[in-house]
Amino acid sequence: MNFELTEERQMLQDTLRRYLREKYTTAVRNDILTSDAGLSADIWAELAELGVLGALFTEEMGGFGGAGFDLAVVFEELGRAGVVEPVLDSALMGGRLLAAAGKSDMVEQVIAGTLHLAVAHGEPGGRYDMDYVHTKADGGVLTGRKAVVMNAEAADHLIVSARDGDAIALYLVAKDAKGVDIQGYPLLAGGRAGEVTFDNTPAEPLGLSLSDLQAATNLALVAISAEALGAMESATHLTKDYLMTRTQFGRPIGTFQALAHRMADLLIELEQARSAVINAAGYLEAPDADLHLSATKNLIGRIGRLVAEESIQMHGGIAMTQEYELAHIAKRIVMADHRFGDTDYHLERFIALSAA
Amino acid sequence: MDMSFTDDELAFQSEVREFLRDELPSEIVDKVAKGIELGKDEVERWHAILNARGWLAPNWPKSFGGGEWNAVQRHIFDTEAAAANAPRIVPFGLSMLGPVLQKFGSKEQQDHWLPRILDGSDWWCQGYSEPGAGSDLASLKTRAVRDGDHYVVNGQKTWTTLGQHANMIFCLVRTDPDVKQQEGISFLLIDMNTPGIEVRPIILLDGSDEVNEVWFTDVRVPVENLVGEENKGWTYAKYLLTHERANIAGVGFSQAGLAAVKRMARAENHNGKPLIENPHFAARVAQVDIDLRAMATSNLRIISKAAAGGAPGLEASMLKVKGSIIRQEINDLARRVAGPYAMPFASEALEGANDTIPDPLGAGPVAAQYFNNRKLSIFGGSNEIQRGIIAKVTMSGGRA
Repeated sequence: MNFELTEERQMLQDTLRRYLREKYTTAVRNDILTSDAGLSADIWAELAELGVLGALFTEEMGGFGGAGFDLAVVFEELGRAGVVEPVLDSALMGGRLLAAAGKSDMVEQVIAGTLHLAVAHGEPGGRYDMDYVHTKADGGVLTGRKAVVMNAEAADHLIVSARDGDAIALYLVAKDAKGVDIQGYPLLAGGRAGEVTFDNTPAEPLGLSLSDLQAATNLALVAISAEALGAMESATHLTKDYLMTRTQFGRPIGTFQALAHRMADLLIELEQARSAVINAAGYLEAPDADLHLSATKNLIGRIGRLVAEESIQMHGGIAMTQEYELAHIAKRIVMADHRFGDTDYHLERFIALSAA
Repeated sequence: MDMSFTDDELAFQSEVREFLRDELPSEIVDKVAKGIELGKDEVERWHAILNARGWLAPNWPKSFGGGEWNAVQRHIFDTEAAAANAPRIVPFGLSMLGPVLQKFGSKEQQDHWLPRILDGSDWWCQGYSEPGAGSDLASLKTRAVRDGDHYVVNGQKTWTTLGQHANMIFCLVRTDPDVKQQEGISFLLIDMNTPGIEVRPIILLDGSDEVNEVWFTDVRVPVENLVGEENKGWTYAKYLLTHERANIAGVGFSQAGLAAVKRMARAENHNGKPLIENPHFAARVAQVDIDLRAMATSNLRIISKAAAGGAPGLEASMLKVKGSIIRQEINDLARRVAGPYAMPFASEALEGANDTIPDPLGAGPVAAQYFNNRKLSIFGGSNEIQRGIIAKVTMSGGRA
């Protein structure tokens, strides 16, 4: 039993943490948030250069990581800094799906930071249901609509799920292909997404099925949970500092027991969240991975809400302002609940898998 | 014990419903239903409609042009208005300053300022909180120094709601720094167009710009704008706070919000069925519904006591805590219903981006509202301050 990071992962964590602390300040991020692109090409190139994107892939895929704990290390740091660049959607999910399809030349470009991807799966009315796919594949062309597609505008290629008869399969579509329409918009927690429609759009079958997409979603569940954990660490850190420095009634407000105990509760719950992320990363390849991932996502959803709300409440008004770091961090935490199934979705899934 | 409205109260309820049906503009209803912030002209339009009916200042005595409604009538109006998605009445002039002037203002102040509140000549904002004086309001530092026929004001106020629309601000200022904090505060009326005043917007985490910082640099205020006596401002401020607490539970808002959640959850699909039929989600909704029904009766109990002349003190603090928790829980349900579509964001900062925001449930910016309404448990005396009051009064015989 050893819960220490390996030397390589420790180095990755230190490097990424230092880089983001120096470069990804609140002011820099606020500029990115209000930019048209919603992401910084410079930051993306530097993340690739630091090896952050390569850490998401195994050596056989051309990377130098790719295991659950590599994802956990990277995304915890991205979450701590509130990074809005689409590492999860573009590089991790998109890249790993292309790797599964044997597209090694494209994976190489993903790792180099020169290729952006989007995964277009969910559809209007489908909520979090994985097999809700009405987009049709017929004779090499796709027709249908996809909902809240992350990074759709910046992507060079989209990976699209569609039904050919009864079976759901994945297809590769060039963004500028005929019949592709993207209605883009900003997201509350930063970054951009879009409603994407395909009208007889030429598409290349990737030879992947829904189970491959489920496997990529499992990676994403580790990533989003670790990201939320990192953000929760920032939120509790900011709150603790504020409680010790803000004075009212002639003393630091953290000396009021009503607040001190609640701060202690947050720290207790934060350790629960940390362990849950370790469970998700550690059991990612286990036969009962789905059960562990749902347990983690449910717990992160519950604790995330508590941490976000209590951090804002204990700060008071200052935490409601856009220019204060916690505002963005709290939004990242709560909005993570709206990705890959929310607290209730994973509770039901956990119940079903436990009974099986 | 009789929980039903009297015949008179029922007749009044019908009258209110009819008025809202006939007079409330549909453009305003659409915006309020989706939680979209109203412009100044829309708020003024609604105020003018209410004023024409004599219902803009229901809490004021008839002698000042008010409706002199009792607490039950006000409750009926608030509940019906919220259910009809009428905008909230902007309270600063009507619910806060008005009662203070009526009780403590001079005859000249009453004659001058009160009619201007009713006819919309003045838009008031509140200058209470400061960066260093939030929960500990009495520690405020904005200084007013007497200089002939004027006070000269220097300092900074913050969290000034809708200050960008206001032409007048009522302020708590320190006129005597050498006495006990509460005994050196005065209540001043300040024209926002006086040289030396600067209003800076505060952008909130949902992108809204409803609150501001107001900076005062050598602002000269005529002494006739002092309300009551110098250094007695804390008394007036506390009196004002008791009026700020009218409709503090927000029962009507919660009922309207919960109805919207149920409507959206009937339209949202989950595994081939309406989300409202999902046992886990249905349990979440039911739990809030059950809490809200009890709170609605707590609210009525306190209202009927107030209508009979009793003063709500401790109970107002209890309603503030419970009411804010329930409203925030409903905001949380609304963002859950929206699923992935809770994430898109209509940002004021990104012009032109808002036309493409998908909103399949017609829910409006539910996640933004979830974040914006975190303020409910922070402003007007945070829930921690309210709990402190409840504990102090109950356990050590202190006063609210």
